[in-house]
Amino acid sequence: MSASPGTVSEVAAAGPGRTPWRRRLSEQPTIPLLFLLLCLVLLLFLIQPGILNRPNAWISSTIRFATPLALLAACQTLAMLTGGIDLSVATIATMSAFVMATQSAGQGDAVAVLLGIVVGACMGLINGIGIGIFRVQPLIMTLGTGLVGAGLLTVYQKFVLTAGSSVPDPIAWLGGGTSLGFFPNCLLLFLPVAALIIFSLRRTGYGRMLFAVGDNPIAARLAGVRIWQVLLVVYVLSGVLAAIAGIMLAGVTKTAALGSAEGLLLPSVAAAVIGGTSIFGGRGGYTGSIVGALILTVLVNLLTVLNAPQPIRQIIYGAIILAVAAAYARLTGER
Amino acid sequence: MSVASPVAGPVIEGVTGSVQSTLARIVRRNGWTIVLYLLLAALLLLARALRSGFGPADIQSLAIGVMPIIFAAAAQTVCVISGGIDLSVGPVMAFTSVTAAALMKGGSEESAIVVVIFVLLLGVAVGAINGALVVVSRVPDIIVTLAMSFVWAGAALLVLSSPGGAAAEWFKDLSSGSFLIDWLPKALVVVLVCVALVWLPLRRSRLGLSMYALGSSPVAALRSGVDVNRTKVAAYMVTGLFAAAGGLTLTMITGIGSPRPGDYTLNGVAAIVLGGVSLVGGRGGMLGPIAAAFILSLIRINLVFLGVEPSYSTVIQGVILIIVVMIGGLVALRRSRA
Repeated sequence: MSASPGTVSEVAAAGPGRTPWRRRLSEQPTIPLLFLLLCLVLLLFLIQPGILNRPNAWISSTIRFATPLALLAACQTLAMLTGGIDLSVATIATMSAFVMATQSAGQGDAVAVLLGIVVGACMGLINGIGIGIFRVQPLIMTLGTGLVGAGLLTVYQKFVLTAGSSVPDPIAWLGGGTSLGFFPNCLLLFLPVAALIIFSLRRTGYGRMLFAVGDNPIAARLAGVRIWQVLLVVYVLSGVLAAIAGIMLAGVTKTAALGSAEGLLLPSVAAAVIGGTSIFGGRGGYTGSIVGALILTVLVNLLTVLNAPQPIRQIIYGAIILAVAAAYARLTGER
Repeated sequence: MSVASPVAGPVIEGVTGSVQSTLARIVRRNGWTIVLYLLLAALLLLARALRSGFGPADIQSLAIGVMPIIFAAAAQTVCVISGGIDLSVGPVMAFTSVTAAALMKGGSEESAIVVVIFVLLLGVAVGAINGALVVVSRVPDIIVTLAMSFVWAGAALLVLSSPGGAAAEWFKDLSSGSFLIDWLPKALVVVLVCVALVWLPLRRSRLGLSMYALGSSPVAALRSGVDVNRTKVAAYMVTGLFAAAGGLTLTMITGIGSPRPGDYTLNGVAAIVLGGVSLVGGRGGMLGPIAAAFILSLIRINLVFLGVEPSYSTVIQGVILIIVVMIGGLVALRRSRA
């Protein structure tokens, strides 16, 4: 899939000025996205000038709510780069948060968090085995594990109902707290994770293999890539990231309820798509997904401030996701 | 999942062999569908063995519960065969259901017929919008219908903000009771007749052939003179029609309309995958998904009869789905190596 016009004749035929401009945008998809984000923020300020009195509080709360979404979008980005999708992330996030919250009283905070992450890794491993080794369609496999996970959670809930649940203080601090009056603590975790993902995707062999597998699995196999291993690792990583997202979400909301992360599933896919990651694999990156997550969070904020009724909000939300995805497809000439 | 291709698309057969080889071909081609119906029969017998009182009344309630799932699966089947996927089936069902319930409230029994026709047309229009957006925006189907699922869910809330409305008496009667004999639920007859009325002519038509061609290979379809865009929109229109029929059955069963979309999108996808429709497109038919919809519900019922806690049944349902698709994956791998 070569989206950018490559040959000299094409550049000449398209006329001066236009094609290089388009080409630059298609190579740097985050620039128009950042512009859109800026527009949305400005619009928000116009409608609700009160925010400007306490900009720090607004920024840190936006970042706090965007972080779990951005982490889930990381799962989708990784899966989508290989040509897949992970529809079990929301269930995994909920499971991890719930396990952590219910185990923290008996096991101690550190063990509880670790248990939550292990749960995510195990679910990811099941996905990876199905998709990598048995070649099941990612959509169906993750749908199935999502069902299983949701069921297991209800069963588990019955056993621990009496134990009660509480979010450990350090997690609440990390997820929902701020330092120095403006710095959201979640960035302490998110920035290194994001940097690691972006760096690995661009600079490491494994990152390049992800793109290779998504772009052309047959070519990747002929080039000696063990596709099943790549896929297995991707879905385990996705599970771990989803677990971290769930734990952070529990930190933000200070509770771990069943279904708490369900509402983030579709936005996580949307964030990755808006961010320019192709659902067919091989194209995209995590930077765009982060901006996508920020855009969606600001959008929800904006729609809340507008005080529009819930149905109108939902319709506008869907329409904007579609519009941005369509604009992106036009801009890069991707098919 | 290319386990088998039940009711494969119209394929030009060369020389027809003896009766035996014809029979063998039918079994080979529809192997998976036959397995599904055997499984369905086994599950029904199991239910009968587990509960001696399992009789016409239970079959009726089973059929009523499966009605919306069958329509959701039928909607998804048409879309997936032509190479797309529609993640907005659940919300569209909710939207059409509340529209029907809101319009039937206070209306006369006769006017309900107009409402039914209007809602079906609404479904077609909704499908046309989905399809047109896929074609015009050049965004992958899954993303468009994902975004539109928010829109249609919002539209459902606009019509009715909370469960309400009403349904005409004759309309509600369509799903209750039996037809001719005790063991044949009216709900089953209604759903099968509705699906057959649309699907059988469609499959034999030029449009149906175009849909299979488009799903198999869009490029090949284009080169063979298929109007790809028009076929795509048409497929989504049929999907919308089935989704609207599903929405109508929701109103029919409950007597009201609820703006909250149920799990019908996922249930529909699960049913078609179990039913042997390849998510890649171009393969599969309607018989498999219908059987699969029943099987998924019967498994749940049998587990209840067995005394398994209801909360486990979701787990078991998911595990069965995973195992089936894994076996499918293994079979496909074997075939590609052989």
